[in-house]
Amino acid sequence: MNTPNENLMLDRADTRVRHDEGIAGALRAFIDRVRSGDLGVLPVLVGLVLITLVFSSLNPVFLAPNNLVNLLFDAAAVGLISLGVVCVLLLGEIDLSIGSMSGLSSAIVGVLWVDSGMPLTLAIGGAVATGAVVGYVYAFLRNRFEMPSFVATLAGLLALLGMQLYLLGGTGSINLPYASGLVKFGQILIMPDWLSYALAVAPGAAMVFSGLRTMRRRSEAKLSSPGGSVLYAKAGLLTLALLIAAYYLNLGRGVPWMFGAFVLLVVVMDYLLTRTQWGRSMFAVGGNAEAARRSGINVRQIRMTAFVLCSSLAALGGVFAAARLASASQQAGTGDVNLNAIAAAVIGGTSLFGGRGSAWSALLGVLVIMAISNGLTLLNLSSSLRYMITGAVLAIAVIVDSLARRSRASHGRG
Amino acid sequence: MTSTTDGERQAGNLILKLRGISKQFGAVTALEDIELEVHEGEVVALVGDNGAGKSTLIKVLAGVHHPTSGTIEYCGEPVALDSPGKALEMGIATVFQDLALCENLDVVANLFLGHEMNPWNLDEVQMEVRAWRLLRELAARIPSVREPIASLSGGQRQTVAIARSLLLDPKIIMLDEPTAALGVAQTAEVLNLIERVRERGHGVILISHNMEDVRAVADRIVVLRLGRNNGVFTADTSHQELVAAITGASENSVSRRMARKLEESEA
Repeated sequence: MNTPNENLMLDRADTRVRHDEGIAGALRAFIDRVRSGDLGVLPVLVGLVLITLVFSSLNPVFLAPNNLVNLLFDAAAVGLISLGVVCVLLLGEIDLSIGSMSGLSSAIVGVLWVDSGMPLTLAIGGAVATGAVVGYVYAFLRNRFEMPSFVATLAGLLALLGMQLYLLGGTGSINLPYASGLVKFGQILIMPDWLSYALAVAPGAAMVFSGLRTMRRRSEAKLSSPGGSVLYAKAGLLTLALLIAAYYLNLGRGVPWMFGAFVLLVVVMDYLLTRTQWGRSMFAVGGNAEAARRSGINVRQIRMTAFVLCSSLAALGGVFAAARLASASQQAGTGDVNLNAIAAAVIGGTSLFGGRGSAWSALLGVLVIMAISNGLTLLNLSSSLRYMITGAVLAIAVIVDSLARRSRASHGRG
Repeated sequence: MTSTTDGERQAGNLILKLRGISKQFGAVTALEDIELEVHEGEVVALVGDNGAGKSTLIKVLAGVHHPTSGTIEYCGEPVALDSPGKALEMGIATVFQDLALCENLDVVANLFLGHEMNPWNLDEVQMEVRAWRLLRELAARIPSVREPIASLSGGQRQTVAIARSLLLDPKIIMLDEPTAALGVAQTAEVLNLIERVRERGHGVILISHNMEDVRAVADRIVVLRLGRNNGVFTADTSHQELVAAITGASENSVSRRMARKLEESEA
């Protein structure tokens, strides 16, 4: 161990590798990554700017604070469903029944809470538990009978829709009481201004805090760090963007609690996926299930957790959607809900091919999808046109994903 | 050179001893009455033609197959290797021919896959430090442990796979054709790596069809033929002798070809 490298950082001993330092280095590394097909959040940012330019020029109301607040109210339900989709997509699986699941869940809440008079929490618990059972069944079919998940969930799509129609029976829809907390949560509850600003500052502060801690630990362990300047620049930019967003939304009604709840779940999921053994196993199974199995990972159990999480989150999303609409109807969860949730995950950067993605893609993707849907509604386009355009957007997102994947393969980045 | 070091290596403790191992698949006898010993700090090469039973023997040791009869002694105790997990737990690690790495994860994640430090709040810093230490001990040339496996060359991937098997500090590691798909320089690197693994005091079982590689690193060469032991040789053994043992006759297709070539060149 008495090599001349002894005094160098542990990870800086190899002189063949270029090491990017400071802000310029970080920028250079970012450009390299994008060139090799590791696009990250870039498509989302480009998409959002384009959408904003197009729709605000066609109808200035699009950018009005209160319209954006409405957009966030709408985004929470589909976003939650999309968060679950991220889990199954990470494994290279898919769930096509999320729309029906959310519809069934809203029907369950309607029947248990409004018709049978059970407590609301119990009704919501029942809906989410149903979701968990459905996810368990999909995982069982996949694990036990090697049934491709798109077939199992396609069957589920019909079966769950049938259950939803059966539960709602002859009436066809159940109205939720307007005065109830659930409907208020879905339609009017807004964070106080001070809280929204505090929450806008919190991520940047947390980033600096944990970043400095990691840097200290890395230097103690003789590992290199990207440097404080990059950290402060990133945190500063993020805080600035969030403060502007909070200020702008507070010009209107403010930041919806429902959206806050969604973001909280995204943060929790992000922690689980990136900082725990379970999350690491998810990526491993999505990348190479056989390798994961040989490393001692229980692949079946990982699959099970993913499907259960997906269906449960879809059920919770259904509850949010019912709260938003103040009703549980036969139309809930039909139409473009399925497609929007899957498209949001893919647009946000979660690959359809497994092993690549993040919880944030649900948040970012759903903003894009909802912006499109909201803009088209403002233009008074018929739903036929809206479906066609949303379908085209999903196709483009998948093409970008495929191209990026091919480019990554040719640049040796997996 | 080999004689003195050989003498030292023989002094290493006996880790694994197989006695009379047989394995039958229905009417087919894949292994019959196999004897094998592995000491600490020793490279034992397992050679033989296709169908000689090398892979079956490796799978018995990895806990995938159960022997029909015979005993396995591990560190002096008779043991039953009834599952891959148990073999791994006892300290018998296997590096399979198809490498079984996750291309989308970086080197650190692959090294620690399934054995991450601090499962509910991954300790990335500690894992990275240990990864660098291990790779440095093996004098492995990996440019960065934070790059996905997809960006590494074949030799580097093999290095990562071998390093991963060492992470749990096994007593024995089994390498199934580690140089099969590698170029000249990369093969040399993997052979160096095997020698460093031996220096760390692990027992190594090496399967290879490449006699040059085998004679370059092996302390003992165990020849299997048609599921039976067919002699134990040292690295000094000539190529012809090894081939004769593998094919079962001094008169074989390889020797006939050599003789023909010789005649042709003389003519």
